[in-house]
Amino acid sequence: MLASIHTAPLEAVGAIPATGAASLAWLLVAIPLASAAVLLVAGRRSDSWGHWLGVLAPVLSFLLGATIAIQLLGLPADDRVMTTQLYPWITTPELSIDFGTRVDPLSVTFVLLVTFVGSLIHVYSVAYMEHDIDRRRFFAYMNFFVGAMLLLVVADSYALLFVGWEGVGLASYLLIGFWNFNPDYATAAKKAFVMNRVGDVGLLLAMGAMFTTIGSVSFEDVLGAEFSAAWATAIGLFLLLAATGKSAQFPLQAWLGDAMAGPTPVSALIHAATMVTAGVYLVVRSGPVYLQSPDAQLAVAIIGAITLLFGAIVGSAKDDMKKVLAASTMSQIGYMMLAAGLGPIGYAFAIFHLFTHGFFKAGMFLGAGSVMHGMNDQVSIRRFGGLSTYMKVTWVTFMMGWLAILGIPPFSGFWSKDKIIEAAFVGEGWHPWVFGTVALLGAGITAFYMSRLFFMIFHGDKRWTKAPEGPDQHPHESPALMTVPMVILAIGSVALGGLLSVGGSFVTWLEPVTGHAEHHEPVLPVLVIMIATIAVVLAGVAIAWRMYVAVAAPMTAPHGSALTRAARNDLYQDQLNEAVFMRPGQALTQGLFLADEYVVDGTIEGTAFGLASIGRVASRLQNGYVRSYAGYIVGGAAVAVVVMLASRM
Amino acid sequence: MSLTNYLVLAVVLFTIGGTTVLVRRNAIIAFMGVELMLNATNLSLVTFSRMHGNLDGQVMAFFVMVVAAAEVVVGLAIIVSIYRTRRSASLDDVSLLKH
Amino acid sequence: MNALLLVPAALNADGTVSSGETVLFWVIAPLMVLGALALVFSRRAVYAAVSIIFVMIGLAFLYVAQDAVFLGVTQVVVYTGAIMMLFLFVLMLVGVDASESLIETIRGHRPLVGLFALGLVVGLGGVVISAAYSAPVGLEALNADSNPVGVARVLFGQYALAMQLTGALLIVAAVSAITLTHVERLLPLVTQRRVADAKMEAWAARGARIAQLPASGVYATHNGADIPALSATGEPVMASVPRVLRVRGQQLEIGDFAPNIAAERDRPTGQSGLPNMPGEPAPQLTQGEEER
Repeated sequence: MLASIHTAPLEAVGAIPATGAASLAWLLVAIPLASAAVLLVAGRRSDSWGHWLGVLAPVLSFLLGATIAIQLLGLPADDRVMTTQLYPWITTPELSIDFGTRVDPLSVTFVLLVTFVGSLIHVYSVAYMEHDIDRRRFFAYMNFFVGAMLLLVVADSYALLFVGWEGVGLASYLLIGFWNFNPDYATAAKKAFVMNRVGDVGLLLAMGAMFTTIGSVSFEDVLGAEFSAAWATAIGLFLLLAATGKSAQFPLQAWLGDAMAGPTPVSALIHAATMVTAGVYLVVRSGPVYLQSPDAQLAVAIIGAITLLFGAIVGSAKDDMKKVLAASTMSQIGYMMLAAGLGPIGYAFAIFHLFTHGFFKAGMFLGAGSVMHGMNDQVSIRRFGGLSTYMKVTWVTFMMGWLAILGIPPFSGFWSKDKIIEAAFVGEGWHPWVFGTVALLGAGITAFYMSRLFFMIFHGDKRWTKAPEGPDQHPHESPALMTVPMVILAIGSVALGGLLSVGGSFVTWLEPVTGHAEHHEPVLPVLVIMIATIAVVLAGVAIAWRMYVAVAAPMTAPHGSALTRAARNDLYQDQLNEAVFMRPGQALTQGLFLADEYVVDGTIEGTAFGLASIGRVASRLQNGYVRSYAGYIVGGAAVAVVVMLASRM
Repeated sequence: MSLTNYLVLAVVLFTIGGTTVLVRRNAIIAFMGVELMLNATNLSLVTFSRMHGNLDGQVMAFFVMVVAAAEVVVGLAIIVSIYRTRRSASLDDVSLLKH
Repeated sequence: MNALLLVPAALNADGTVSSGETVLFWVIAPLMVLGALALVFSRRAVYAAVSIIFVMIGLAFLYVAQDAVFLGVTQVVVYTGAIMMLFLFVLMLVGVDASESLIETIRGHRPLVGLFALGLVVGLGGVVISAAYSAPVGLEALNADSNPVGVARVLFGQYALAMQLTGALLIVAAVSAITLTHVERLLPLVTQRRVADAKMEAWAARGARIAQLPASGVYATHNGADIPALSATGEPVMASVPRVLRVRGQQLEIGDFAPNIAAERDRPTGQSGLPNMPGEPAPQLTQGEEER
């Protein structure tokens, strides 16, 4: 059982009031939001300079975030958790929630990731969206997203986190459906938002459970409180539901593929580096709660493992390069969730992998955008090939990202992913064998499909479209504004992992939040795991080479096996959702509609009809004859007299 | 015989007057029924006056008579003017106020 | 003691009435009820009016028997004499010969009315019979100076204002009767000149009679309605017999009632052509004598 690994509750470091730059953490949120507001209100007048303001905002936030990080590095480890109270929000006798910020290593890590990668992507977007008339609006939404994401990570209570959570959901909707004149894109945006909403119910239920048990939803109170096992499991599972919605984990993963309908910078920033990692942030942040419920932890790990394989299988069969990258994201976040479900030993590695993944995945997405830019917005990898000679910078930066995700040493992916696989092999009973094997297998399949992607785009024969079946292709390298961010991210993909692993500095940095985890030996020797990992990776690469480079890759998708066809169909996830949720939901709605029309309206109208009928019958008394009316008067008088007489008897 | 007999007679005349109003179609005869009802009331008033030894009853009966006279004048004038326009004094002809 | 008061109206000590009054009551009351029933059931309007007059006179009898002498006389004078006469006048206007069919047009009205009437009689009768009255006092004391004086004391004492108001009411009623029956002049007033012009036009168009017929009595030898009047030429004027009699064929010929006049009329007379005017024809004048 995992419980044997950690016996004592997490020794959370107490928060101290913020000083210095940390007390200005609210500016991190305010600057991008203000910029978004300005860009939206200024309207068309700001079309000429709006994008530069949009670039400036995350850069400023990055500078502030870096300042805060430097400040934290200068403080002793015990002083690194700082909170600031801004102003009261909800003040009722039972519950009071304040706006406040919490600056600690975890949130600062995320701040740096979001602002740095975000700034690079903003710069990239200046050139990528150059021909789009709505570029200014795009930057407004991107800034709004950055602001909401930063709010999510610097919030000091679950309620404020939820505000940021919803904000990024809204930003995702706005950006996926940015070209909303295309109904398919608008539908994809709705799908993303609705599935996110399903997850949000989990977060609301979790907050409700927290309020019921300890009467507060702030991190200070919740992370230091003791819950009964039942409540801890309940909260853990609710938070897991929220995380699956936001991070596109099984069973709420169906929206991520369709979310690629948005512009490529959106896919890079939101659906690779940042928003989808919010679920992992939530789980890691709620570590102390999960520690009290081994069952919830197991659920997290299982979900992560399932999604890991799911994404890998789906990614192996897709022909749209952005969808391959989306499936890859799903799978990598499965790794992070698996790690987070393993307990304190896994938290740090989950965040580490998240950090490095942000760099190399964003880099690969930008590369994909660059390829699209040079190939008339073509996305099918079956019509690429041989682009390495035409788009050199894109090729090299993409290769760096590819090598990183494979986990080839010394690239950054190796440092983070390998550690997760190692941690997966730690434990007792069936856990380490199942999780470890799954992680290993996933690594192999990842290697296969990422190599397939890389080879089919940049190597092999040229399978480009020619008129009249498609536009004539003249691939060319992208402008500097696009290539420079790609280069910077590639440098990160190469070096970051190694740098941060020196002396376990990253893990130590996160200890105030994740707690110190004792080191346990995995069930297989570390060296064996490492060799096995590299072996499966190389095997995956070799198979991909064999299938797509040594042999000419077909231009149209072959029929394929049943598994291939299923994978192309996202393993029938949409059909399943439809059958299990949509159809019954529609039936319920239809039933309610009919009930409203026939039962509710029927009752009302039936009553009215009944009364009208009574009225119609009674109106026959009005026959217009004076003598009848006189008769009624006499009759009434007679009745009154008889009653009076009877009452006196 | 006591004075109650007069009262019973008054009741009977009253009822017959009421029946006339209800049964007869001719407006003037219905009006006569109303007069009969008023007379019956007068009889009962006079009887009560005798019973209580108080002349107020007779004075009331006197006023009833006066008012009945005025009412007959106006009522018959109405009937005459209706007859002039519609050439009919039947109560059943004025039956437009129905559903 | 009032000499007019022939009926002993004094009550006995236990509140019952004297035997004379009992007899009077039991004679008049059934007749009154029969009269009232005749009002309900008679087909002709005038019969109904006469029945109700009968009832009202009966009521006057009862009033006098109950020590309400003034009211009894007023009943006859006002009710029977004025109000019922008014009814009869209006009946004449509206249609004295109109008789009503006894078939009921409104469905279910008769039984319902019967039920209500029965209920009313039983109910009110029951109330009246079962009520507990204090011992009857009688009007001996108050009528000491005769009933009209007693009534006058109360009427002009307590009810003086009511008297004034009823006076005003009567005036209003009279004025309203005039107003209600006022007929607006829709056509222009027919003057004598217009009548004369109309007669001339009618004669020119279709040879209608211009002059009046002789008034009744002129050239008349009889004054029966079924006997035609004679014109100046001795011809009978059939228009002088009422249309009803003519339609029934009841008018008489001149020969039926005055054969001498017929003979005189039919005797050939001289040139004048007038009856009873004998004479030779006028002398023929020569041409030359005319010129003179």
